[in-house]
Amino acid sequence: MTDLRDRVAALLAEHDPATTDRLDFLRARFDAGLAWVHFPEGLGGLGAPRGDQEIVDAALVAAGAPDNNPRRIGIGLGMAAPTILAFGTDEQRRRFLRPLWTGEEVWCQLFSEPGAGSDLAALGTRARRDGDDWVVTGQKVWTSTAHTARWAILVARTDPDVPKHAGMTYFVCDMTDPGVEVRPLRQITGEAEFNEVFLTDARIPDAHRLGAVGDGWRVAQTTLMNEWVAIGGRPMPREGGMAGVVAETWRANPERRTPEAHDRLLGLWVESEALRLAGIRLRQQLAVGSPGPEGSAMKLAFARLSQALSGLEVELLAEDGLRYSDWALTRPELVDFTGRDAGYRYLRAKGNSIEGGTSEILRNIIAERILGLPSEPRVDKDVPWKDLPR
Amino acid sequence: MSEPNLRYSDVEDGLRASVRDLLADRADAATVLAHAESAEHDPGLWRALAELGATSLHVPEELGGQGAGYRETAVVAEELGASVAPVPFLGSAVLATAALLHVSQDDDARAALARLGSGEITATLVVPLSTWDSTPSVQLVDGGLVGTVRSVADARAADLLVVPAGGALHLVQASAATVTPVVSLDVTRPVADVEFTGSTSVALVGSAEDAVRAALLAGAGILASEQVGIAQWCLDTTVAYLKQRYQFGRPVGSFQALKHRLADVWQQLVLARAAARNAADALATGNDVEVAVSVAQSLCAAVAVHAAHECVQLHGGIGMTWEHPAHLYLKRAKADEIALGTPGRHRASLAHLVDLPG
Repeated sequence: MTDLRDRVAALLAEHDPATTDRLDFLRARFDAGLAWVHFPEGLGGLGAPRGDQEIVDAALVAAGAPDNNPRRIGIGLGMAAPTILAFGTDEQRRRFLRPLWTGEEVWCQLFSEPGAGSDLAALGTRARRDGDDWVVTGQKVWTSTAHTARWAILVARTDPDVPKHAGMTYFVCDMTDPGVEVRPLRQITGEAEFNEVFLTDARIPDAHRLGAVGDGWRVAQTTLMNEWVAIGGRPMPREGGMAGVVAETWRANPERRTPEAHDRLLGLWVESEALRLAGIRLRQQLAVGSPGPEGSAMKLAFARLSQALSGLEVELLAEDGLRYSDWALTRPELVDFTGRDAGYRYLRAKGNSIEGGTSEILRNIIAERILGLPSEPRVDKDVPWKDLPR
Repeated sequence: MSEPNLRYSDVEDGLRASVRDLLADRADAATVLAHAESAEHDPGLWRALAELGATSLHVPEELGGQGAGYRETAVVAEELGASVAPVPFLGSAVLATAALLHVSQDDDARAALARLGSGEITATLVVPLSTWDSTPSVQLVDGGLVGTVRSVADARAADLLVVPAGGALHLVQASAATVTPVVSLDVTRPVADVEFTGSTSVALVGSAEDAVRAALLAGAGILASEQVGIAQWCLDTTVAYLKQRYQFGRPVGSFQALKHRLADVWQQLVLARAAARNAADALATGNDVEVAVSVAQSLCAAVAVHAAHECVQLHGGIGMTWEHPAHLYLKRAKADEIALGTPGRHRASLAHLVDLPG
């Protein structure tokens, strides 16, 4: 740890945040191994325990250093990067990880399709080999940051003649390719935070394949497991989330209180506090290298509490709850679940139990992988993908 | 405010393993059920727990204890919850001990703590087990204690009664009071009525109100860990059953309608464990104790009851039988929900503590 503090001090000495360009500082931080200390040396890390990152982050915040605006590049940091680290070639890791971490290159995720949501392994976007390239055609959906992204992680079907899990391959797709078209997808809040992505003979060099041909499902599992770690990993002060927003509304509106709403509020406040504590506990376990499976519990609880709290807030607001700020189709750069007005929060929270794995799929995963309960009979397991009913 | 430590330490894991081994030997389901039939506690098991040091972990060494803390006591409570072992842990090792620790400047209190720590005697705090914020009902009349306290936990086993009366704590030999066991909802921690008719007592120096408050906080905080242990047993047992129970030609655990219910129990348990650990850590450090305890109680009580309900329901017919141990956990979970403040009472406390007035 002393060593770590020395490295931070050396970085700050050589690159004074007050006088160094933001991007130059971030690149220097990456090259010093202080970007994500649990990554290997040479790739922004030091091979140190994940928990040591907090020491680095705290020291850099204290020194007024710029950060990489992690919320803007969450998909790159939380999903693409661990997958590239686990399955990428040395050349892919060197090419992609540094600009990913500094935020110079934004990433998005091309997984879900209109016909493949919870059953992601049924996806039908086709990739056909053509010389040193793959040619990709299909439609992806619910892609956040597609309109700002330079790169995408993409799962496509490379062999329709084998059962669905076996015939997929994982790629890095260039979002500037002429075969890639991005259209905003308007959602129930009025805005378009996500996109539909149409792929029409988009070309991907074979050098941008991650993992073996046909191994895409296994690679995608790494991406998705890391998604939950990312969701569960944020430290938060008490009342830091939706509970705090609703508590403030409660405090500001004494005339609108009822005993029934009071009991509901207190119950939800307690669960939110316990969820926050579970996050602290998960992070403490991660820091000593023994992450539990609690992240999936936290996502389930988070979705339920966000929805219940935001619904309560709209009720509390009475005549103001009947209004809405703006239905205009806007393109927010950052998604803030607790931002804007109560009506927005209520509507946006409905997505919390759908995005990143529906709560129902999550319950299956908890029951089967954590509790070890037997799976439902699977009728599609041994059927070639092309013969599945759809 | 510094961040609470919510992990289990290696030492705590070791302690858990020792207690679990002991309970596996001495408190299997059939043994516990037999004790429940007779509404007796198990003095042999209690002595064995005392020999492990598990009954005085949070008592300083100079007062005859182990000099550990409430974090360790909470781990023992979890294991005792998971076995519903009939021992007077809550009444003696937690409530009475915490009350006496609060007045440990008193020589008689210190002497009592030493005898409790060695396992020589057990005690209980004479308040209704349901108490959270009520006032004591025993009066001091002409130098003797007078009054009746209903539904006192672990009173039948107690050699020594710790009684709040007239502003002070009093020590009363059990033989100087009338302890009447009552048929109890919780058959593994039966309650009793305690009557004083001019009983002689030793009054201790210090405020009874403060000591009782400290004891109830410790009791409610530790009870949350017991509730986690109950919920964990209910979940584990139900999962195991649903894996081996076949209906319609399939293990019933393969039906989504059932597995989703267990996934929800597991999810609630993740939150409950974090809250219970937080309460234990708060009791150990003294930081933010009241909020931590009331958060843990209002959540863990409900999670344990829900887990017990699911355990009985998902076992189907066998879960409704006297022979299967599920009912012991249901009864304990329901009694624990009332014990030391219902979830609603704890939420009412929180309304004041965190500025969410009604």
